[in-house]
Amino acid sequence: MNDMESVLITFAQEAQELLLEMENSLLLLEVNPDDSEVINSIFRAMHTIKGSAGLFSFTPVVSFAHEAETVLDSVREEKRQIDDELISVLLACRDHTENLIKYCIRFPKNTLSDELQVKSDALTLALNRNNTVLQESATDVLQNLGEVNVDLNGNWLISLCFKIDAFRMGIDPLSFVRYLSTIGEIQAFILLNQSVPNDDDFDPESCYLQFKMALKSDATKQTIEDVFEFAADDCDINILPPSSQVEQYLSLLEDLSDDETVLLGEMLVSVGVLTENDINRAMQTQTQITQSKPIGEILIDQNVVQAEVVEKALTKQQQIKNKLSSESSIIRVDSQKLGQLINLVGELVISGAAMGLMIEKHGIQEAEEVSATISSLVGNIRDTALALRMVPIGETFSRFRRVVRDVSKELNKEIELEISGSETELDKTVVEKINDPLTHLIRNSLDHGIESPQARLDSGKSAQGKITLNAYHDSGHIVIQIIDDGAGLNKQKILDKAIEKGMVSSDAKLSDQEIYNLIFEAGLSTKQQASDLSGRGVGMDVVRRNIEALRGNVSIDSTDGKGTTITVHLPLTLAIIDGFMVEADKERYIIPLGMVEECVEMNSSEWKIDEVQHYVNLRGVAMPYLKLAEYFNPNKQITKNSRQSLVVVRTGEERVGFVVDELHGEQQTVIKPLGKIFENLQGLTGATVLGDGNVALILDVKNLMNQVHTC
Amino acid sequence: MSITVSTSENKEVVIHISDEMTIYTVLEQKNSLLPYLKTGHTIHVDLSDVSELDSAGIQLLIFLKKQALKIGAEFKLQNHSQAVFEVIELFKLTEFFTDPVVISAEWKLS
Repeated sequence: MNDMESVLITFAQEAQELLLEMENSLLLLEVNPDDSEVINSIFRAMHTIKGSAGLFSFTPVVSFAHEAETVLDSVREEKRQIDDELISVLLACRDHTENLIKYCIRFPKNTLSDELQVKSDALTLALNRNNTVLQESATDVLQNLGEVNVDLNGNWLISLCFKIDAFRMGIDPLSFVRYLSTIGEIQAFILLNQSVPNDDDFDPESCYLQFKMALKSDATKQTIEDVFEFAADDCDINILPPSSQVEQYLSLLEDLSDDETVLLGEMLVSVGVLTENDINRAMQTQTQITQSKPIGEILIDQNVVQAEVVEKALTKQQQIKNKLSSESSIIRVDSQKLGQLINLVGELVISGAAMGLMIEKHGIQEAEEVSATISSLVGNIRDTALALRMVPIGETFSRFRRVVRDVSKELNKEIELEISGSETELDKTVVEKINDPLTHLIRNSLDHGIESPQARLDSGKSAQGKITLNAYHDSGHIVIQIIDDGAGLNKQKILDKAIEKGMVSSDAKLSDQEIYNLIFEAGLSTKQQASDLSGRGVGMDVVRRNIEALRGNVSIDSTDGKGTTITVHLPLTLAIIDGFMVEADKERYIIPLGMVEECVEMNSSEWKIDEVQHYVNLRGVAMPYLKLAEYFNPNKQITKNSRQSLVVVRTGEERVGFVVDELHGEQQTVIKPLGKIFENLQGLTGATVLGDGNVALILDVKNLMNQVHTC
Repeated sequence: MSITVSTSENKEVVIHISDEMTIYTVLEQKNSLLPYLKTGHTIHVDLSDVSELDSAGIQLLIFLKKQALKIGAEFKLQNHSQAVFEVIELFKLTEFFTDPVVISAEWKLS
């Protein structure tokens, strides 16, 4: 790989991330169209892509991104209103940008294909349609004062709007003006007499006076504000520091030490450009207005501080934040390197176990303590190494927002996506592989699960359907649920179809669960008409295969008319687990520790064991059991061991007992996949090398449980 | 009544205010002054005996001036007392009222 290529890959990755961020932001914007922070982030995404693409002279990307950027810029400056239509166009632009980048990376020398060019032009046109320019409405103190011929730069600009009852409250504006003239020199004074009504409405006891003045004074902002202390309730006061002092504030801001507070308001107060009151008022306004607006903007709107100063403070704030975050920032690591590390840790775990064995064998007491410390450290290293690959599933989940949005528009359905448990973590390698199956399952739910709005209303539900994505940890597994509140599965239809296809015999007695799970069989679709999305009967079986390839499983449950729940169980990681080692007929087996509930002695005199049905009475509850020795060596004559133990394992609500000869206890287990020949072996997921060089087999508990139930 | 009205000529009225012009008096003063504002008429307000003028007072004067401009009457101030002068100066209203102010030698420097 030469340098250029690696740079290109970085560019592609970065662009991908930016586009993803842009997509999320756009979807957010649909809910909250006025969030300027979000608009900024979209703008930045496009801007950055344009810039990076320029480096590689990907002209099509640059020119297209430029169009989008221009529109976003006008949105950002509130010259253009953002609406659903524009969001849709921007989403399309996002997709198109992605395609353009892909095309440019593949054929850097070629000109754009006609298809892409047409699309570019169409989108550019769509972007510039309805370019409604919003009117500027802001009025400015400076503008008004500017009419008076005074040097405004060196003066405090004070504007006072007295409330109508000010006179009656005993406030005499005159006295403030008089007092102000004692702490400084009033350079200009404007009495805004437009507000004094010139007809019969005039009530001489009401106050209509509004002043703006320029004050030349060396007093601090606090001193000036104190002048108006008594009037604060009856007067809107704005005090804008002199522009000449801006320089001073800027340098003060620059000098703020980095470990000081990172709140914008506090920064501004600490350099004296604002007073506590200014901040409190701005905060009040912030809570009053419905759409969220940054405090800085409010302060500028209220004319208590120059935009320049706020900008400077913001940059400073950003600097501090950057400094803080750069200490805990993210490092990009090649996942191969991580894999290597985890392999090494795996070897370390095995060697550690070997050492522990040696020490035990030779009875070296002094070394035992050291060995215990080392093994706990190795355990920590293992956990940390694995945590490196752990990512929250939220990112994967939020990609489905787009899927749900697009599909529901396409199908003319109203569907809301609810996401919970997005902080649940799982191995990156699992995440990558689960994406496609999940997409398929969700599309299925969208298409088959949720009914059309009319059908929903007819059956007494709200027109808007809901899909819930849920994730949580359960006994060493991650459980992902896709829950819809649609029509549910039609048992009879599935059964009929299955019989028609010869999958089950017509006289078979199947439980509800078994019928539902038929939809994961190849070639079964109950949808009368296949659509673009789903219904061809190809897919659900692929989904199941993919999930099973990850040592996971998928099940489905449904209530007629209420909805369907698809549950996917996946192992958290594919590398190292905490295992529980047992021995049966001189063979060692590993059970994932998270699944082990308890170990009890298998004493035939105390336990009512049903040898034929393979049931044991555990404290009054019937529980199926499996003799591991018999199961893995069905034809071997097994010498009856005097003492046997029962290991109770659990997944979800199900419990099963495994009968073993010996318990060896906890064991860190590095999962080594079994060879291709053993691919179809039931009940085992892999093997591990023990400290003494022997091999132990890792049990696939879920699979074994199903076997227990069927045999 | 703190207002004495003397008509010097037709359509010319001189009104002498011999009281403070503050929040306590403005309502009464407004009611008694407003009727003299008629289109084409000229009102001279003599302020020589106004001992105190507050924001409400100056606001009343501004109102009357504006009202006069609106209906096409003349509203003139004359013989400003020191109190009145100071307020007009402080509020930079000299240009608004356009009346010549005679600064008396007796006024103390504020």
